[in-house]
Amino acid sequence: MSRKSFLPAALVGAGALALCNPAFAADAITGAVQKQEVNLSAIIMFVGFVLVTLGITYWAAKRTRSAAQFYSAGGGITGFQNGLAIAGDYMSAASFLGISGLVYKSGYDGLIYSVGFLVGWPIVMFLIAEPLRNLGKFTFADVASFRFQQTPIRVLAACGTLVVVAFYLIAQMVGAGKLIQILFGLDYWIAVVMVGGLMIVYVTFGGMIATTWVQIIKACLLLAGATFMAGMVLVHFGFSMENLFKAAVDAHPKHIKIMEPGQLVTNPVGAVSLGLALMFGTAGLPHILMRFFTVSDAKAARKSVFYATGFIGYFYILTFIIGFGAIALVSTNPEFLNGDLIAKGKNAIEAIRGGDNMAAIHLSSAVGGQAFLGFISAVAFATILAVVSGLTLSGASAVSHDLYATVFKNGQANEQSEIRVSKIATIVLGIVAVYLGIAFEKANVAFMVGLAFAIAASCNFPVLLMSLMWRGMTTRGAVYGGFLGLASAMVGVILSPAVWEAVMGHAKGSAPFPYSNPALFSMTLAFAGIWLFSKLDRSRRGVKDIEGFDPQFVRGQTGIGASGASAH
Amino acid sequence: MALSALEIEKNPKFQELVAKRRSLGWSLTFLTLVIYFGFILLVAFEPKLLGTPIGNGVTTLGMPVGLAVIVATFLIVGFYVMRANAIYDVLTRQIVEESK
Repeated sequence: MSRKSFLPAALVGAGALALCNPAFAADAITGAVQKQEVNLSAIIMFVGFVLVTLGITYWAAKRTRSAAQFYSAGGGITGFQNGLAIAGDYMSAASFLGISGLVYKSGYDGLIYSVGFLVGWPIVMFLIAEPLRNLGKFTFADVASFRFQQTPIRVLAACGTLVVVAFYLIAQMVGAGKLIQILFGLDYWIAVVMVGGLMIVYVTFGGMIATTWVQIIKACLLLAGATFMAGMVLVHFGFSMENLFKAAVDAHPKHIKIMEPGQLVTNPVGAVSLGLALMFGTAGLPHILMRFFTVSDAKAARKSVFYATGFIGYFYILTFIIGFGAIALVSTNPEFLNGDLIAKGKNAIEAIRGGDNMAAIHLSSAVGGQAFLGFISAVAFATILAVVSGLTLSGASAVSHDLYATVFKNGQANEQSEIRVSKIATIVLGIVAVYLGIAFEKANVAFMVGLAFAIAASCNFPVLLMSLMWRGMTTRGAVYGGFLGLASAMVGVILSPAVWEAVMGHAKGSAPFPYSNPALFSMTLAFAGIWLFSKLDRSRRGVKDIEGFDPQFVRGQTGIGASGASAH
Repeated sequence: MALSALEIEKNPKFQELVAKRRSLGWSLTFLTLVIYFGFILLVAFEPKLLGTPIGNGVTTLGMPVGLAVIVATFLIVGFYVMRANAIYDVLTRQIVEESK
């Protein structure tokens, strides 16, 4: 039945869309991988990247004295720089390798996921970005808790943040380990320890300033590399998309079928649910929301989204060309195929060395030779590093700013001790991420990015949006609704085929929740819960929450009283 | 003395800013949802339509449609920025001035 084929593929898509996700790498990143020979040019370029970023971290460390500098780079990042950094957060190794791999495998279907990833940005822009910047200081919880009782909302937001960050980080770490094993020929554990160690150094010493610049450099490298690769593909086909498509249709075993939507999206309920998670999950990702506090005002926040959307959209168009280029140039070249698999009767697409995720990597070698292969491999590693740094910083901020400073110290924490807690939290998160990365090496982590998006869309996003838009929301409504969204998203994922069948090993088709993503249901529950429990709330606190709407609304709209850019 | 939030809310310029931001923000949100879910539902229900070749080649209708969704997303965001820069910032500046 068509639905069955939709489910796993859609899940893969959900993850794929997400950042560094091992999901699509069905062959390459999930499951055992074959270690490659040591790639010297890749290692040299990667060492170059690490030296430059460590230099930046040293420079940033000297500028990171106050909490504002640590959490938000002192608000001194420009809209254009922040747009690049946001694009850097979003264009992960999985977007790059995963979506081009998905195009390589299924053709047109890859585009469907690129689109899903992109459309979250207008939503962020129209509903969230400006009031977020006007109301917040360091974390999105500053905004979500603005007029409410601090402790419960901060705890809720910290839970939402840490759960999203944890699942994301595990997926990243496992993906990183496997990818680096393939690209650089290093052992899995060495790769994971390296990623964890470098990330701890960037974040603890350089805070948001270093994290932002690592993100910007990586975004530029990735955009340059992908542009060159797509450009070489187009040159090869005389700048004719028709010629490129023709060659791909001839080479691919599915032939003309790669030019139309396949089996990825056939169930409307599943498709809508997945679409909602992608769209609104983006608007609830804590490490993305945190980026809006690095710019000086609402106007710069607006500009950030504009540039980010442009870069990300451009990048997805490139990955599409790269995927089709790989069908035409990689699957037809025995150098990139695994002879054993061909001998077993696999077709050229299935027999790609290292799995689908390697399509872009092999293409770099096909169009640019060894040196360019080294460059792209180094960029892929840099990409993972940058994304985990941003994630860890947002997790550490939730611990130090939301839990330590606001909940435990009632907002009376001394700035230096808050920064110290943040650094300790970074180190702990880094070590935990390395530990989990190693522990989950053999596990199926494909569901984790989809879960992270579902939780972001079902807990963080509804609470944030309703706090901004709806006068009637109270502390109780926010907490009940938020936890309802968080819990239902988690339960929905556990009961979905990706976990129930693929991880727990129950029979195919036995999953109690048949859709790949719970967002349609868990988001509805969260919004309904917020509404219902706010309406039922007759407490004195609830009255105060509602009265607090006017000052919040005026500041959100105009920025009067907003924390501005500090000296930088 | 600075005006209170309730006093600022009474400023007609503030009301104008809120009304304009609301109508622009929500109508563009709605447009984005229509475009995106329109595309997804087309993919789910009418994959063959997207698979129709254009002319005599292998390029299908789905290619320009997919590309158009990406470009439209960017243009919508760009349109919002253009309008916001022209309208919000001027009004906001005036409101801030009048609230001092």
